[in-house]
Amino acid sequence: MIRFLLKGLLRDRSRSLFPILVVIAGVSLTVLLHGWITGVIGDMVNSNANFSTGHVKIMTKAYAENEDQMPNDLALLGVDEILTDLRKRYPDMIWVNRIRFGGLLDIPDENRETKTHGPAMGLAVDLLSNKSPEIANLNIEKALVHGRLPEKPGEILISDDFATKLGVSPGESATLLSSTMYGSMAMQNYVIAGTVRFGVRPMDRGAMIVDISDAQLALDMSDASSEILGYLEDHIYDDAKAAEVAMRFNAEFAGSEDEFDPVMLTLREQKDLASYLDMASGMSGILVFVFVLAMSLVLWNAGLIGGLRRYGEVGVRLAIGENKGQVYRSMIYESALIGVIGSVIGTAIGLGISYLIQVKGFDFGSMMKSSTMMLSNVLRTQITSEAYYIGFLPGLFSTVLGTMLSGIGIYKRQTAQLFKELEV
Amino acid sequence: MKKLLTIFFLMSASTLYAQYPSGETILRKIDLNMTSKTRVFVSKMVIHGRRGTRTIESKSWGQGEEKAFTEYLAPAREKGTKMLKLEDKLWIYSPSTDRIIQISGHMLRQSVMGSDLSYEDFMEDPRLTNLYRADVTGTETVDGRPCWVLELTAKSKDVAYYKRKMWVDEARAVPLREELYAKSGKLLKRAELRDITNIQGRWFPKRIIFKDMMKKGKGTEFIIEKIQFDVRIPPRILTKASLRK
Repeated sequence: MIRFLLKGLLRDRSRSLFPILVVIAGVSLTVLLHGWITGVIGDMVNSNANFSTGHVKIMTKAYAENEDQMPNDLALLGVDEILTDLRKRYPDMIWVNRIRFGGLLDIPDENRETKTHGPAMGLAVDLLSNKSPEIANLNIEKALVHGRLPEKPGEILISDDFATKLGVSPGESATLLSSTMYGSMAMQNYVIAGTVRFGVRPMDRGAMIVDISDAQLALDMSDASSEILGYLEDHIYDDAKAAEVAMRFNAEFAGSEDEFDPVMLTLREQKDLASYLDMASGMSGILVFVFVLAMSLVLWNAGLIGGLRRYGEVGVRLAIGENKGQVYRSMIYESALIGVIGSVIGTAIGLGISYLIQVKGFDFGSMMKSSTMMLSNVLRTQITSEAYYIGFLPGLFSTVLGTMLSGIGIYKRQTAQLFKELEV
Repeated sequence: MKKLLTIFFLMSASTLYAQYPSGETILRKIDLNMTSKTRVFVSKMVIHGRRGTRTIESKSWGQGEEKAFTEYLAPAREKGTKMLKLEDKLWIYSPSTDRIIQISGHMLRQSVMGSDLSYEDFMEDPRLTNLYRADVTGTETVDGRPCWVLELTAKSKDVAYYKRKMWVDEARAVPLREELYAKSGKLLKRAELRDITNIQGRWFPKRIIFKDMMKKGKGTEFIIEKIQFDVRIPPRILTKASLRK
């Protein structure tokens, strides 16, 4: 039966080509849109997690209140002990400590006086120890533009745009002017080992990446850090898991009013990400729903047109004695075949284009010059398991539904009237 | 009758205002006390942070409004750090890096050594008559002393604080309390001037408590331990060469 229908479809292009093309276009667009929305939201979560929030973050309560100001005078103390404890209690998670600091990066002239300088956004991470996960977390190797990674204390990385602005290259020296944890003036000389570009505007504007031990020395933060970040297993953010870890950790300090007690926040609880994630997720759901609905209407309509266009053919088939139910079913099978073929090809095309954008990406850097959100300049699609079947919803069901509705007319036709109709 | 009452009230009000000296006169008197041709002083800055208190000692040399040099004496981490102001430029020298760094732009608004004072506070011309117009708005008592209440408005836009409210000791022409405001009217800093002492014929506060209203700490005490006015300062001190010496 299927073989017979397939032959019919292949031999009569007017029955197959246009409907299949419509299904392919609708399905591939649905898959592409789904991949794009998933990619943008996923990228936002990953960028924020890697550069700023972790999947969970520990700070002192006082620091958390003014986190944007990077108040290192309110930083966590006894960090080594906290880290050892966390690694023992949550062995599946990755725990890292970081220091964020602001300051001025000053480039000396031949008299060791200011040649040029600019405001730096400092990030201190473990760059030098063998087992450090931070090089991978921040994707530093891939972000390296010139020079090399720091290999010994006193070496730093700065963003490539910042290096261009300051007119410095790897190998030259720079002095950081900042404040210690206790508010004193902090001045430290460094050698620029390399320049990096992360593709995240806030980092690329004026980032300075330094090894955490160097920063602890310069900022008088021995055994202290601005924050401790935790990453869940497989580096995939799971809000329920993160919330559970945070709840267990915070329960230990419940009731305490000490502003220097640590507090753990999940990614959702930081930087207004909850509302943004909810909004993005809601918007993406609505967008995909509206799009799928629109495509469904288009494909349904195509099914209807197909059914009406074959009015004469159906009449002849009924006139030569074919059963109404048989005609109706054969039309539904045909449309199901069209739907399946169109959905498979459409999904393949949609996935192909999505994969291309996932690999290459679209650069929106010029539009995000003043952005402070940790969002990549290059936005990419993300292919998830849903992308493999979401196109079948409009592709298969709408086409079949359209044919089913238009096919109802078959039952209303009277055999006695058929020849009269066919004469016309 | 109504007319008579109006005239009476108007006359009393004008008599009341006539009792106040002009704002300009008071500012000039304050300038006479607070500014000098040259000054050399040893001071302590006690910074009350949220996690504890730190004390920073320094020696400063100043000439007019345009030249000043400070060398930090203690604690050990700060010792040898020097700061030089020449007109509108500010340099800092740190012995640990052997670098001279010019502070400019937004860095001037940063806190000095974690205190409630900014570099901008150090940079500003201390002669009030150069920067502000003043109106006397009334009298109040501060620490048991009758004071003029002055409202100062900046003459130009490029001052750190657009408005100031000042309680000036009527008898000694020294501010005892001050509130510093942004142009928006937001209170930025508060200062209490204490231990008013007569030094070389002028009244001068030996202890000033600053409170940056944007910070949660308990403020910074600026204590002058020793001060000399109008003494000769060797010219080499107020040059960039002295930063590395």
